[in-house]
Amino acid sequence: MKTIKVYGPGCARCATTEAMVKEAAARLGVEVEVEKVTDARSIAMAGVMSTPGLSVDGKLVHAGGLPDAGKLDGWLKA
Amino acid sequence: MTTETHDPAPHRGAPDWLWYAGVPAVGVALYLLYGQLIPISEWVTALFPVARDSHTGEAIAFFAYDVPKVLLLLTGIVFVTGVLRSWFSPEKTRAILAGRNQIWGYPLASLLGVLTPFCSCSSVPLFIGFVSAGIPLGVTFSFLIAGPMVGPVGLGLLFGLVGWKIATIYLVFGFTIATLAGFILGRMGLERHLQDWVRELNAGPIGDLPEERLTLVDRLKTGAEQVREIVGKVWIWVLVGIGIGAAIHGYVPEAVMLRIMGGEAWWSVPAAVVVGVPMYTNAAGVIPIVEALLDKGAALGTTLAFMMSVIALSLPEMIILKQVLKLRLIAIFIAVVATGILATGFLFNFLL
Repeated sequence: MKTIKVYGPGCARCATTEAMVKEAAARLGVEVEVEKVTDARSIAMAGVMSTPGLSVDGKLVHAGGLPDAGKLDGWLKA
Repeated sequence: MTTETHDPAPHRGAPDWLWYAGVPAVGVALYLLYGQLIPISEWVTALFPVARDSHTGEAIAFFAYDVPKVLLLLTGIVFVTGVLRSWFSPEKTRAILAGRNQIWGYPLASLLGVLTPFCSCSSVPLFIGFVSAGIPLGVTFSFLIAGPMVGPVGLGLLFGLVGWKIATIYLVFGFTIATLAGFILGRMGLERHLQDWVRELNAGPIGDLPEERLTLVDRLKTGAEQVREIVGKVWIWVLVGIGIGAAIHGYVPEAVMLRIMGGEAWWSVPAAVVVGVPMYTNAAGVIPIVEALLDKGAALGTTLAFMMSVIALSLPEMIILKQVLKLRLIAIFIAVVATGILATGFLFNFLL
């Protein structure tokens, strides 16, 4: 079980990122819990400056723009 | 994470060679199309059952010419900007600016404000990221003002629609206002007017991301992605802006324009700012209006002031910043930037 956090104030790309994570997890058969963090303060506290940001089990792996699909698979499988 | 197997993911899309060949090919095709816009727009205008030299005919011709022109220019500018900006990121910019308290931190921040990709939706995390990394408040403001004020879209369209001289004037003054306003705000010692939680925030752990290595094709893809996203979002503003521009071009008599926005009417500069601030559009929407105003004899200073206040001072942006700045600081921020804009407006009306 992995905990994925998607950081973003609710822009279109943040929603797309969330959908990408869910799709990839379902495809790879990885069990995930996806949480969206939309509060500016929490986003900043996580060290994210450009949104959407992505963390896996508490570790920030991506910030700014949509994540690369290939890399996303890698993070979920790791 | 162990070995990163870089399998050719299913989402890869077009092969690399197609990007190397396709981007120049599309570029040349759009350039050729751009050269044919006058005959095409005249042909379209002639389809309407109105006299070409009537008010309506003039307005239709303006619209038919400007819509494809602005959309083509916008596509080119956004693509090139997207590719160039792929070398920059807020994280890198923060590393460059952190601890730069010296005087040239301000112009540097203005420059990076233009080059760093960031969307206004993430200006709050960005603001906090900067301030918590020890970047002085004034330097952060220079960055935040320059981004929208001298954005490549506004400059590029100004260059294409109005001419290089005015585009250069705009660039120089926009950059100067961003730098000076940041400097002045920095000198005022406004840290106490940050929202309390921001001040209490101890430097949040800095997201330590491994730097992504991008290939040239990745960068071209970034550019294409930006075109899809930005042009897909702003085209409606472009149409509205050109519609207003067309109405001014076709129907507003020059005598009226001279009285309202001419160089003689000193009050027109502050009026332009007052009208401009609550107007929310982006550069792509306002430049066609600017084109029509100048064409009808509006004074350059007044028009510059209008354009700058529309682009650089927007209410939605202020509402976003309200999360981190107390009202008083927002008011000071607006006052300082507006003063710079007014000064620019008066200066050009006085000089010309």
